[in-house]
Amino acid sequence: MTTVEDHQLRTEDAMPKARRTRLSLIRRALRSAPLSAWFGMIVIAAYVIVAIFAPWLAPYGEAQIFPEPYAPWGGQFVLGTDQLGRDMLTRLIYGARNTIGIALVTTLLSFAVGMSLGLLAAIYRGWIDQLLSRAVDVLMSIPLLIFALMLLSTFGSSVFNLIVIIAILDSTRVFRLSRAVAMNVVVMDFVEAARLRGERLGWIMRREILPNVMPPMIAEFGLRFCFVFLTISALSFLGVGIQPPTADWGSMVRENATLITYGDITPLLPAAAIALLTVAVNFVVDWFLHRTSGLKDEH
Amino acid sequence: MSIKAVSAPREKGAPLLEIKNLRIEGFSDDKWHEIVRGIDITLRRGEVLGLIGESGAGKSTIGLAAMGYAKPGCRISSGSVSFDGIDLLAASESRRRALRGSRIAYVAQSAAASFNPAHRIIEQTIETQLAHNLDRRDKAEQGAVDLYRRLQLPNPEAIGRRYPHQVSGGQLQRAMTAMAMSCHPDLIIFDEPTTALDVTTQVEVLAAIRNIVDQFQTAAIYITHDLAVVAQMADRIMVLRYGRLVEEAPTRIMLKTPQEDYTRSLWAVRKLGRPDRPSAEPVLVVDNVTASYGSTIKVLENVNVRVPRGRTVAVVGESGSGKSTLARAIVGLLPPISGQIVFDGTPLPPALKQRGKETLRRIQLIYQMPDTALNPRQTVRDVIGRPLEFYRGLNGRECDRKVGELLRLIELDDHLIDRLPSELSGGQKQRICIARALAADPEIIICDEVTSALDQIVQEEILKLLMRLQQEMGVTYLFITHDIATVRAIADEVVVMHRGKVVEQGPKAEVLSPPHPAYTDLLLSSVPEMDPDWLTGVLTRRAEKGGLKAAGN
Amino acid sequence: MHPVVRTVLQRLGLGLVTLFFVSIIIFSAVEMLPGDFARAILGQSATPETVAAFEREIGLDRPPVTRYLEWIGQVAQGEFGQSFASRVGYRRTVAEIIGPRFLNTLFLAMMTAIIAVPLALALGIAAALYRNSWFDRAVNAVTLTTISFPEFFIAYMLAYIIISRDTFMGTQLAQSLPQWLAGSIDWILHAIPKFPTLANVNEQTPFGERVWRCMLPALTLTFVIVAYMMRMTRAALVNLLASPYIEMAQLKGLSARTIMLRHALPNAWAPIVTVIAFNLAYLIVGVVVVEAVFVYPGIGQLMVDAVRSRDIPVVQACALIFAATYILLNLTADIISIVTNPRLLHPR
Repeated sequence: MTTVEDHQLRTEDAMPKARRTRLSLIRRALRSAPLSAWFGMIVIAAYVIVAIFAPWLAPYGEAQIFPEPYAPWGGQFVLGTDQLGRDMLTRLIYGARNTIGIALVTTLLSFAVGMSLGLLAAIYRGWIDQLLSRAVDVLMSIPLLIFALMLLSTFGSSVFNLIVIIAILDSTRVFRLSRAVAMNVVVMDFVEAARLRGERLGWIMRREILPNVMPPMIAEFGLRFCFVFLTISALSFLGVGIQPPTADWGSMVRENATLITYGDITPLLPAAAIALLTVAVNFVVDWFLHRTSGLKDEH
Repeated sequence: MSIKAVSAPREKGAPLLEIKNLRIEGFSDDKWHEIVRGIDITLRRGEVLGLIGESGAGKSTIGLAAMGYAKPGCRISSGSVSFDGIDLLAASESRRRALRGSRIAYVAQSAAASFNPAHRIIEQTIETQLAHNLDRRDKAEQGAVDLYRRLQLPNPEAIGRRYPHQVSGGQLQRAMTAMAMSCHPDLIIFDEPTTALDVTTQVEVLAAIRNIVDQFQTAAIYITHDLAVVAQMADRIMVLRYGRLVEEAPTRIMLKTPQEDYTRSLWAVRKLGRPDRPSAEPVLVVDNVTASYGSTIKVLENVNVRVPRGRTVAVVGESGSGKSTLARAIVGLLPPISGQIVFDGTPLPPALKQRGKETLRRIQLIYQMPDTALNPRQTVRDVIGRPLEFYRGLNGRECDRKVGELLRLIELDDHLIDRLPSELSGGQKQRICIARALAADPEIIICDEVTSALDQIVQEEILKLLMRLQQEMGVTYLFITHDIATVRAIADEVVVMHRGKVVEQGPKAEVLSPPHPAYTDLLLSSVPEMDPDWLTGVLTRRAEKGGLKAAGN
Repeated sequence: MHPVVRTVLQRLGLGLVTLFFVSIIIFSAVEMLPGDFARAILGQSATPETVAAFEREIGLDRPPVTRYLEWIGQVAQGEFGQSFASRVGYRRTVAEIIGPRFLNTLFLAMMTAIIAVPLALALGIAAALYRNSWFDRAVNAVTLTTISFPEFFIAYMLAYIIISRDTFMGTQLAQSLPQWLAGSIDWILHAIPKFPTLANVNEQTPFGERVWRCMLPALTLTFVIVAYMMRMTRAALVNLLASPYIEMAQLKGLSARTIMLRHALPNAWAPIVTVIAFNLAYLIVGVVVVEAVFVYPGIGQLMVDAVRSRDIPVVQACALIFAATYILLNLTADIISIVTNPRLLHPR
């Protein structure tokens, strides 16, 4: 019983393309970027600037309390004050630094753990892969928010706990993806060629596998950041995330929620700030994926 | 059920298909490029036209255009396609749809991908008839079973009830032909129907297709890259290159006296050969090796192979024969259960991790697909330089100099040294792989189907290069292939494998001339030759043998 | 045994094993209680005797394996132990607290699913069929935006719109706009039904009243779910439509309708069901935030309160229920994929 041979493919002997430098590739990519991607990049840049230069940009101190709570917009307080009399604009600016900073650290930690384990599982396969994959399957059977709530109830909601708990829980998703991507690379002949040469595992990981794994992982970093960012905000909104007096957008929404009943839009500002950043990152990642996955639109 | 011994001359009727000045563009890299640059085709009723060319010639695109269809990402930019007086390009989509399947049918390269896994074969075979309201269901089913019978499918009454994944590749390809034939179309387009099949299966499918096209006097366009195959199937051949016509002539005339240089070079590939040389002392001996992948099925069984130094030993077989597995066992990726492999007098440690750097250096492997054998993020300098650095400790300028030397050796220009694989052609990439193997200065190079994924002319160039390198450097080759023409071209000795066992081995002249063991006979006789009467001859001989056997019993 | 039956049984077994391990994890969370947990609950001024009694009460003095087996045994019988909040004054079992709340959440989830699933599927299929049209691009942009929003943002936006019915004309914004614009905005706002912004229901609430009060929470969840589901459905279908056998069907001259119904659809069940299951699972998580915003007495709100007051038995029970639902949904998707796979249904 014969089966389909794999020698059916024929490679093209087309004309080789001209060499392009990395810089010109980036320039070309930016020029063809759609409006949404540009919008996203500008917004992200703006947020990063605000986060870094918060102390210089904010009109008042982060925890500085004024005698007038729930002040209306205008005058001394551009966006009014919150329930304790702190300037909203200041809190928003510092909130950028805190929320984004914590989310970024968490995502980096999640990637460090998830990617190394994922690559390890793909390279060694065998029982290591089985063990890790089954463990991750079980951990992922509990929805992340629920799991985080549970662990926070045990350990308490300090910033450190928050970062570690969410990083470890999120690393399971990163593990799954990096393992899948690495598996595709590991079965390539050039990896086997390196093994046959006698190369050590570290070299193979660094020089053969990692460079080919990066593009999808970079996109995933953006997506995971959004997810972590939203989760931390949700937890803070529920009161079990970042604790006062640290300025944080999620808890700011909760603290000022009663203003909604008076038709005041102020509590929506921190929520909109969260939404805007996430939208921006999603637009940029969407464009990035569209380019690197090689999916061409049909005409 | 008899197969006609000699194909009757086909009735040439009125012109059926007229394509004038066809131009088709394809979209890639954010731009439209021309794929087909002004093609004219005239096809008469009952005539079989062969479209031949290498990859990128545009043959598939033209085949689809004959149905008025352009793949997503392609567009027909100018020209006319006229089928039986109907202008397909100007017609409405519903008009075109009415013609497709009922009067113009298509047979794709991969039957497994073209059948819907969720429906039975017979449902999909008669679907076209029912959709175009040509027949009632029971009549359609009878017709389908009749077609299965004519195409020599086993168990024609019952096979239609099966699902596509339940039958073999060759059977499915014939079922797809039945599906195309079901409405008795005027024209069928065969798009590389046997390229994905083993040689021994191919013979049966070719015979079935030719037979049925004969019986129903259907016009056909037969697209392939294989010259010998097109010689069996077509009345007239058109040679295409980069979307343009190179030459067109009736089959026999074109085979005997090709006019253009390009056509001649396509033909010449099959004529490559080498004089016989005496044998030599073995550098590698595979001594009674048996191996398996853990289960009870042995992938290699009592394999004995002797590779003389400085010579080329070709290991030939079809899929599942174990030839690639043999390579894996030799390099240490599949330690044998029993037996040993002796290299240069000393037995090799069976597993890869037990071997030292020096041992690994002396045995090198070149892969079939240069696309997956090269790291897309490494330049030519990195790829060729690494073995130099790893094995011989060369660095910096010294290393660069040596890389330049190797590039010249593989007939490539120095300025390619900073290129990435995506900026090289298929032939160039394979040369880089060869240079990578040579950089280690090995004693034996195992070539695992290294020319199978390349176009024919490039194949010839690579084979010539390998022969020259052997001449100059005295390196030994273990050349794994499924293609007999390649074996004839480069081998000193031949090993024939079938289902994990060695069927025959010895000097090339001995193995390739009769008498043969049964499998070798089957294998060699299944390889198409450049003679239009070859297929007829093979079928006659096999029918006679079958008749003799029956008579003998 | 038929491969389909065998595979289904394997999956069920796997699901049970996963549930078992999940219960161990949930239980172990309690094991990791830091030393001064009891003191944290009871307050700094608690006497050592009270602390000891408390620890004895929640069983920290017995070996973990015993406690786990006891706990899991009771869970299997539907008893989840006693709430910590029960200590002050009257005893309350976890089960009687959770029961009604769980039903409330189920009600909300089903209401959302009934609205969201057909809508998302329809949009996803339409987007796949008319891909790269203006419709597809517009829907893509809108859904990409929506999935980026935090649930509480959408929730408060909707609440704000409803409240603006009464308050809009009085705001500075309305004053600064030209009369006709402010008037038309006000008219649009009044055209929207005045859904309640607090979804307070209880056992006595009649069905119609329930639905009315749950409209805003359900709409919020619908926004989120439809976006995700539509995108995933579109992706799955586009992938399917690129299959070679679909092109073959086109080359056979079959109509678009025939191709969709006979060729695409039978192979689409598995990916679509997976998408639905995945998103229903997402719904479980989204419910937590939405219940908090609209003060809906569901199990999500319960869990958050329990976390804040560190009422461990309730937290464990809630987590277990969420996890079990999640596992069940994934299992269903898996099984439907298996049962519609032609290669498994008709083996060689």
